[in-house]
Amino acid sequence: MDCTQIYQIVMMPEVFLVWTSLAKILGLLGIVLGLVSYTVYAERRVSAFIQDRLGPNRVGPQGLIQPIADAFKLVLKENFMPAGVNKFFYYIAPKLSMIPAILVLAVLPFGSTLLGVPMVIAGIDIGVLWVFAVSSLGVYGIVLAGWASNSKYSFLGGIRSSSQMISYELSLGLSVIPVFMVVGTLNLPEIVLYQVKNGWLIAPFWPQGFDLAKLAENPGGAWEMVVASFAAGFSLQKLLLWVPLFLSFIVFLVSIFAETNRAPFDLPEAEQELVAGYHTEYSSMGFALFFLGEYAAMIAASGVIVTLFLGGWSLPLVPDGSAESFFGLSFVPGWLAGVLWGFVNIGVFFGKVIALLLFMIWVRWTVPRFRYDQLMKLGWYFFFELALFNILLTALVLIFVP
Amino acid sequence: MQLAIFWIFAFFMVFFGALVVLLRNPVSSAMSLVLSFLFLAGLFMTLDAFFIGIIQVLVYAGAVMVLFLFIIMLLDLKSEKQRKLKVGAWLGGGAVLAGFVYTILHVVGRMPGAEQAMPVLPGGVGSDVARIGWVLFERYNMPLQVVGVLLLVATVGVVILSRKELK
Repeated sequence: MDCTQIYQIVMMPEVFLVWTSLAKILGLLGIVLGLVSYTVYAERRVSAFIQDRLGPNRVGPQGLIQPIADAFKLVLKENFMPAGVNKFFYYIAPKLSMIPAILVLAVLPFGSTLLGVPMVIAGIDIGVLWVFAVSSLGVYGIVLAGWASNSKYSFLGGIRSSSQMISYELSLGLSVIPVFMVVGTLNLPEIVLYQVKNGWLIAPFWPQGFDLAKLAENPGGAWEMVVASFAAGFSLQKLLLWVPLFLSFIVFLVSIFAETNRAPFDLPEAEQELVAGYHTEYSSMGFALFFLGEYAAMIAASGVIVTLFLGGWSLPLVPDGSAESFFGLSFVPGWLAGVLWGFVNIGVFFGKVIALLLFMIWVRWTVPRFRYDQLMKLGWYFFFELALFNILLTALVLIFVP
Repeated sequence: MQLAIFWIFAFFMVFFGALVVLLRNPVSSAMSLVLSFLFLAGLFMTLDAFFIGIIQVLVYAGAVMVLFLFIIMLLDLKSEKQRKLKVGAWLGGGAVLAGFVYTILHVVGRMPGAEQAMPVLPGGVGSDVARIGWVLFERYNMPLQVVGVLLLVATVGVVILSRKELK
């Protein structure tokens, strides 16, 4: 078989789909797992900074090799199994908490295109429902860990977590319905494309048709161009829709904190009351998998927020992967310019995700923990109603303000 | 290819469905039911009914079964595990199962048009979510509203009944 035959086989539509998907899966997993370990590091450093301590800074420059050292430590530890546990569920629970967090990544558009290949593993039409369905399965890992450990602390942590996740799933699901009413699709790549065209969903104003090339031709008229582009992007409907969309962003963000068991809603693992909650009895890799699962869920949730409300991989004035010139440099060929911009888009997406992760860490070390009844009241009496009212408000704006 | 996928999903769905009854630990039974639901969702998706498949996972596997598991875990499982199967129970269960299968075959076999495929949803292009939405709100708008009111009444009823100071 010579080169042209191999090339033909590789470019067959089915084969092409398989190997590009595999490449995307490997790349995304690599990025996310790397991001997980450095989120743990960032959590420790940022918390130390907030509390006026130093944090881990001994291993490598600024402690940057600390995550690798931690991983080695956890692998080398004894995997201890306490007496009286249900062995099968005790083994499988950490995996069950890790898998859903990873599966959510499958539908996230983490970039525009590279050489015409869309940077999403599965751009399915039910993308958002997939996110909710898969993340609702994540509760099994926690519940089973709490139950199988045969320990009171673990059990209470599992019970708390499951009731909390079920309660906040309602406001989570209801809060994004305004997004679908405005955009008109559940497909996540299309939601991003809508935001590329019409502006991020949480932005009330948006410069429409602002172009750097035109600005370069007429540098003196910059201010007029800015005003004209904002005027072009303005409409009464968009301004009024900003109210419900911003409300749904707030409800979604807070519900995500509850869904990922992050402070101020980290009741399932409240240290003062429950030791470490559902993973009290786990050691070595079991514990590490819970830890990884928690942070992977945070990253996946940040990715969903970025995709739904913050414009996904797009940034104003940054072209997507179909661009043909790179800052007008003549020695960069057209295809290479597209690839470079494609990588810039991926970088923008993960930049936004990292910003949200830092926000989550900041909140954790700033806001005190809720009491359990307060948490439930907030979910059922406030966010649930707010999300329902929000849907009504969006519908009214869409009907009466053309 | 599609047929092979159908048989894989159907086999595992029935397999885990059987495990729900055969396993003695109620938590294992509940988890088998979750797996059975997941494979059922896979079957829906091979029929291009992505929306129904994903709702199956979201509602049954993700919400209803979590509540089931929640309640099962609060039970005393040791007494449940020690219960032995009795011959009478086997025979009774078998009789009920046979009657049920006979009824299903009898009814479906005689239903006019049962061997034909359902017509494709109207609406042409677009995802099946949009098409189901159109059909629900255009053709079956009234029944949908009635079901909505029924659910609302049930919800209000539950709220009233579960209040502590019922007078």
